[in-house]
Amino acid sequence: MSVTLPPSTPVGEPPARPPAWQDPRLRALAFQALALAAVMGVGVFIVTNTMANLSKQGIASGFGFFRTTAGFGISMRLIDYAENQSYLRAFLVGLINTLVVSAIGIVVATLLGFLLGIMRLSRNWLVARLAAAYVEIVRNLPLLLQLFFWYFAILRQLPGPRQSVTVLGAFFLNNRGLFSPRPVAEPGFAVLPVALGVAVLAAAVLARWARRRRDLTGEQFRTVWASLAILIGLPLAAAAATSFPLHWEYPELQGFNFVGGMELIPEFVALAFSLSIYTAAFIGEIVRAGILGVSRGQTEAAQALGLPRGRLLRLVVVPQALRIIIPPLTSQYLNLTKNSSLAAAIAYPDLVLVFAGTVLMQTGQAVEIIAVTMAVYLTISLVISLCMNLYNRRIALVDR
Amino acid sequence: MAGPTESVVRDPGLALPPPAAAAGVVGWVRQSLFSSPLNAVLTFLALYVLYVALPPAIRWAFIDADWVGTTREACHREGACWVFIRVWFERLMYGLYPEAEIWRINVGYAVFVVAGALLFVPRFRWKPWVAAFLLVVYPVIAFLLFVGGTFTVSFVSLAVGLALVGGTVVRFWPAFREHAWSAGWRRAYPVFVGAAVAWLVLGDRLAGGAPMAVSVRPWPLVETRLWGGLFITLVIAAVGIVGSLPLGIFLALGRRSHMPVIRAICVAFIEVWRGVPLITVLFMASNMFPLFMPEGVNLDKLLRALLGVAIFASAYMAEVIRGGLQAIPKGQYEAAAALGLGYWRMTGLVVMPQALKIVIPGIVNNFIGLFKDTTLVLVIGLFDFLGMAQAASSDAHWIGFSMEGYVFTGFGFWIFCFGMSRYSQRLERRLHTGR
Repeated sequence: MSVTLPPSTPVGEPPARPPAWQDPRLRALAFQALALAAVMGVGVFIVTNTMANLSKQGIASGFGFFRTTAGFGISMRLIDYAENQSYLRAFLVGLINTLVVSAIGIVVATLLGFLLGIMRLSRNWLVARLAAAYVEIVRNLPLLLQLFFWYFAILRQLPGPRQSVTVLGAFFLNNRGLFSPRPVAEPGFAVLPVALGVAVLAAAVLARWARRRRDLTGEQFRTVWASLAILIGLPLAAAAATSFPLHWEYPELQGFNFVGGMELIPEFVALAFSLSIYTAAFIGEIVRAGILGVSRGQTEAAQALGLPRGRLLRLVVVPQALRIIIPPLTSQYLNLTKNSSLAAAIAYPDLVLVFAGTVLMQTGQAVEIIAVTMAVYLTISLVISLCMNLYNRRIALVDR
Repeated sequence: MAGPTESVVRDPGLALPPPAAAAGVVGWVRQSLFSSPLNAVLTFLALYVLYVALPPAIRWAFIDADWVGTTREACHREGACWVFIRVWFERLMYGLYPEAEIWRINVGYAVFVVAGALLFVPRFRWKPWVAAFLLVVYPVIAFLLFVGGTFTVSFVSLAVGLALVGGTVVRFWPAFREHAWSAGWRRAYPVFVGAAVAWLVLGDRLAGGAPMAVSVRPWPLVETRLWGGLFITLVIAAVGIVGSLPLGIFLALGRRSHMPVIRAICVAFIEVWRGVPLITVLFMASNMFPLFMPEGVNLDKLLRALLGVAIFASAYMAEVIRGGLQAIPKGQYEAAAALGLGYWRMTGLVVMPQALKIVIPGIVNNFIGLFKDTTLVLVIGLFDFLGMAQAASSDAHWIGFSMEGYVFTGFGFWIFCFGMSRYSQRLERRLHTGR
């Protein structure tokens, strides 16, 4: 008696392939092709409409406008710029202004933020509460509101240059801005940077040598103090040898305004100030979370090993806290840089105001200008996150 | 061995109270304010800061302030001039919305507050329906209320819409009666959405120019250029968050897809919008969107801003939701696959409900950020809460009162943001999703 299997299920052969529309791979391919087609369709729709609209309005396209004469003034310029220079030059002025205000904001916000984070963890009740109040007030108010407050309600209401608010007899704050002493290099100044470079190199070599000696013999060397001495002493000695080729130029009241010194326009002061204050509140919370994130056992183990408090912080707590702090800190830096574009609202001549504002008004080439502006911000974002990722990788936990 | 140790421990007479300097108020002050010389210095420094900052602020805001009056002359300019806020209050709240029509906004607020409050009643059975109402029906009501004007609904689309809604009710009546809320709602929801969207968007297009139509004009049209104040701030924030949620969900799913093209598209979309400031997005919305549209299509300025904000917010929302998706253990996917669920049912029934629950605090935080960011719309010429205060303090008759305007709007923003951040912290504790 033989058993015959139904012919549809032959033994030993793979089951029949599913029909094409049920094959996951084919479906995935079809789905992706569809998505691509949809995206391209939207792209074509936009491009054709834009082309038609532009040609109807008689607006030129392309990037030729970069070479045209700008014809407008800019109130703050760190590179030479005049009205008869090109749009490209104006673009660069705006870009540099954006970068400068962001860089200053990042530095100040980081310092203030770390201070706040440590204050919030203080055992002193009053200090901790004060820091908490600062954080809760500042981070729950829109940045633009704070910017307006500092600019319109404070800085613009200040008295004129003759009744300036004076700090230490050298800094003058009035409704024209902040005036501060300016370092002026004299001939022979070039020695100083060279001396500083040599000092940095020497300190690095010293640190290497000290580490190797410690690894070999176990003897400690006070690297920090020694490097500090080199870093400060060497440039100082060089300066003394060349009889201090640097003097400070103080702002002086002449007529109705200050002359000389360094002049910071009120828009810059308001923007840098509110960016730092706002971002510091967020950084404070990040630092606090980072320090609390280091488990108590780590501190206790370090104490059990007999580490003094300074080294406990430097060798055990801070490196582990930094690992938690760095990624969110990166995104705060990115936010600060992007938020610097609020400059446009108080007429600080940053990239957005100069380029996406004035140049856009004058040329009407919205597509190119907005695209370039966005590309610049994207690039800045990518560069910052690249740097911070590199740093993060260096301090990341290495499994051994 | 029942010796001295035992008696020492048990003798209550020997358990002395803590020294007076370590307990009570004195002890607390010593412990938390003066535990070391450094701490004492810090305490005095903090007290000095408070002394410098607080009394003048209080004197300005309350003691020296002018509260009553209707004109600028009522203010003595020694303290705050709250008369300024009183005079401009309606503008700050509603913008240039016609005075006779403001009740419409208030009705809209009231409906929202009542429906929203119901969501917070513990063990309230109809919650899913209330949520569905808020997400699907309320926007329609709000649109009709706030915009107004003439509504024309042809009989055809009326019939189609009623049939869809009626069909939905009939179809899900059993689930409804058996109190199988979640299952019933889950299935009813997409149908409801489909019905409402179809009714509103397609109904009249399909029946375009149909002769038989009902035309109602319950209240006059209020153009969006008259909208402003806190009202427009709330509209932009609400539309931004509700609009960005579905788009964010799809972007997050796409970013985790195994299909390289889909993933690339989603990653590019998310990273581009996250990499640029909102101002440039708004500039783009106001300058470039009109160029993108075919001739004759004219998008309203507010609508353009809403689109820009929603697109911008959806990129951030996608990253929040991706975080939730990553937190779902692989076993959940595998269990769903083992049950024979396909991708969409696996996502919709197993993965997404869990992921969304995890990221609710993140979504609330996103909302706080968006709420603060809505102030930027004043760069493209919309007068939101802050923009209105700015406009009021540059009014020729009221120049010089910017401080009062900022303090008042700041107070308004702060109440909203602080309230929401407290709420999100409470949720975080309750859902046990904190780190």
